[in-house]
Amino acid sequence: MTTRDAGPALRADNRSILARLVVVAAAMFAFGYALVPFYEKICQVTGLRDIDRPAEVRNTQVDASRNVRIELDANTRGLPWTFRPLVATIDVHPGALTQVDFEIVNPTDRPVTGQAIPSYLPRNASEYFRKLDCFCFSTQTLQAGERRRMPVVFVLDPELPADVPVVTLSYTFFEVEGGPSARAASGRDNGSAARGS
Amino acid sequence: MSSIPHDHAAGGHEHEHAHYPGGIMRWITTTNHKDIGTMYLWFSFTMFLVGGVMALTIRAELFQPGLQVVHPEFFNQLTSLHGLIMVFGAIMPAAVGFANWMIPMLIGAPDMAFARMNNWSFWLLPPAGIMLVGSLFVPGGAVSAGWTLYPPLTIQNGMGMDLAIFAIHIMGASSIMGSINIITTILNLRAPGMTLMKMPLFCWTWLITAYLLIAVMPVLAGAVTMLLTDRHFGTSFFNAAGGGDPVLFQHIFWFFGHPEVYIIIMPAFGIISEIIPVYSRKPLFGYASMVYAVAGIAILSFIVWAHHMFTVGMPTAGLLFYMYATMLIAVPTGVKVFNWLATMWRGAITFETPMLFALGFLFLFTLGGFTGLVLAIMPVDIQIHDTYYVVAHFHYVMVAGSLFAFFGGVYHWIPKWTGTMYSEKLGRIHFWLSLVFFNVAFFPQHFLGLAGMPRRIPDYATQFTDWNMVSSIGAFGFGISQFVFLWAVIKCIRGDGAKAPAKPWEGATTLEWTLPSPAPYHTFETPPVVK
Ligand code: HEM
Ligand SMILES: [Cu+2]
Repeated sequence: MTTRDAGPALRADNRSILARLVVVAAAMFAFGYALVPFYEKICQVTGLRDIDRPAEVRNTQVDASRNVRIELDANTRGLPWTFRPLVATIDVHPGALTQVDFEIVNPTDRPVTGQAIPSYLPRNASEYFRKLDCFCFSTQTLQAGERRRMPVVFVLDPELPADVPVVTLSYTFFEVEGGPSARAASGRDNGSAARGS
Repeated sequence: MSSIPHDHAAGGHEHEHAHYPGGIMRWITTTNHKDIGTMYLWFSFTMFLVGGVMALTIRAELFQPGLQVVHPEFFNQLTSLHGLIMVFGAIMPAAVGFANWMIPMLIGAPDMAFARMNNWSFWLLPPAGIMLVGSLFVPGGAVSAGWTLYPPLTIQNGMGMDLAIFAIHIMGASSIMGSINIITTILNLRAPGMTLMKMPLFCWTWLITAYLLIAVMPVLAGAVTMLLTDRHFGTSFFNAAGGGDPVLFQHIFWFFGHPEVYIIIMPAFGIISEIIPVYSRKPLFGYASMVYAVAGIAILSFIVWAHHMFTVGMPTAGLLFYMYATMLIAVPTGVKVFNWLATMWRGAITFETPMLFALGFLFLFTLGGFTGLVLAIMPVDIQIHDTYYVVAHFHYVMVAGSLFAFFGGVYHWIPKWTGTMYSEKLGRIHFWLSLVFFNVAFFPQHFLGLAGMPRRIPDYATQFTDWNMVSSIGAFGFGISQFVFLWAVIKCIRGDGAKAPAKPWEGATTLEWTLPSPAPYHTFETPPVVK
């Protein structure tokens, strides 16, 4: 009864276990990939990552009793644009509808597509920063030499804790390779390093 | 750890099969489970020394605040590679080495089910080890984002990261092949009368470990493949700019990672369950409950992974779920500890080296389990996540847990492997030095962590200096003590010691002790009958 002179029945039995376990291993490899859409779905259902969609504004009471300073910051990473806010800081009352503008310029001689990712300081301010419109909700494609002005419309939730006098909103534009279709096809939410889920 | 003698007169009728090519070709071509087990154990020990040198370099840097020994970038590479090498190069292959040597002998099988594949699973490992160590010397150096390989850093690392990814693929393939072999061997090659519920517990823990490996190694392979395509082929699984999410990687990694920590500990549970009854001269208390406890731990290990991610942001319901699920695992773990204690209760205990290591395991592993429970308390973990408290926790369970159990296993079985008794004196010296220096090295890390010292940082605030010095001294002591072990093993291999009888341990009852010592090259070609 050694493996070397094992009977054919035993050998066939061994092989069938082998085959089944290989299928399990392959299925688990696929399962790893299946976690990706599953995760997106969970985030969507629980509303954890819906940062590229207009936020719901529940409380429109303007809290005129205090001012919060919004600092605006703009960066690019790996794409040749110039990107800046038109004003560096703005003071708002929580609850007031506010618009700020940013400008991007594509100084190159080719069209380039980019995606802006927001981040907030302090980190938990993101929950209170409700954007109704934002250029970060979709990719931006700039033709050669094009200049574009883009709005962000937001309401700062009056629930914002009183010990937060300043909120920094920072955008970083990343190049999206393969142009706008790459993102549209994937139909995925924008992730955000600033706001894990 | 082998000295398979060329003449097998003692092996009775089995000697006619014991021919193999001489020299190195024997090892390259071997399909013998004992040869392959030996190679796994030596590979593991080599990687243990390599990873150990890295650890000591880390501890040398941390001896004092400020930067003295290495550059911070290199420090980061050392912490990352130390973790990867110890987990995938030292602990896991050691466990597979024990499985190869012992499972066929414990169940009365002649060899592993797929002997040729067994050879491949081993020979995949050295190239993977060389890739990991070699990645230190490529431009940009080795992976430097920690053994957990979190993006975005691992998307930005240089080609050392690609080497690490390939090494993980290869080692994963090796583990999966090894696991398939172990499962098939246990299911199909048991001797007549050896029912599943009569198997020595080591076979049970390995059977379940092998299923865990097949379930989660492919998930890790998928995760690192996603990193690879994010790095080079324009996908955006984890790349925020392209719509991905770095936090997703953490979920996938820990879906593998938490079962992985049980993959590391369960073979050790098995070895401890073999050792304690022998030196207590009593059967294992609660055999069936031990089997169910291991199965329970394995199943629960799939639903607790996010306890590694309490600080990344999760809904409160999720935090609470993972907190309670994690605490639930302590129940089957507690059952095991209770059963080991009950096995010793009123036993006629003797304290040979294997038993000393088993007792060391019992105390220190349980301590590591308790710190695990502290970390499982989500509001506490938010304070001490990524501090030295976590480092202390997992070294208690992995070094004083798995590694101590493996040391105990080597001392327990080396008379059977080599035919020579180890030196009890050297064994004891090795045990006591390891025990003391281990605690000197790692106990203070609890204090450092509670005081807020972050892990994986080459410099620290001066108030942490004293305990870091103590810890570094302990680490060097622990490292040097391991040469006592090497010496004790080499003495056995060279036959320098008392000749081992077939059954050197009075309380031993399992099948391997019915064979002569050293075990002949081929054993149980005619299966034993188990009553
Ligand atoms: C009672 C059982 C256990 C419990 C409740 C437990 C709990 C935990 C928790 C909550 C963490 C996360 C800490 C943090 O990062 O903030 C952790 C980390 C860890 N545990 Fe355990 N644990 C247990 C047993 C084990 C065992 C048996 C092993 C391995 C043999 C292990 C290995 C690890 C490792 C390697 C890490 C750190 C991973 C890293 O971040 O690098 N644990 N444990
Ligand atoms: Cu865990």
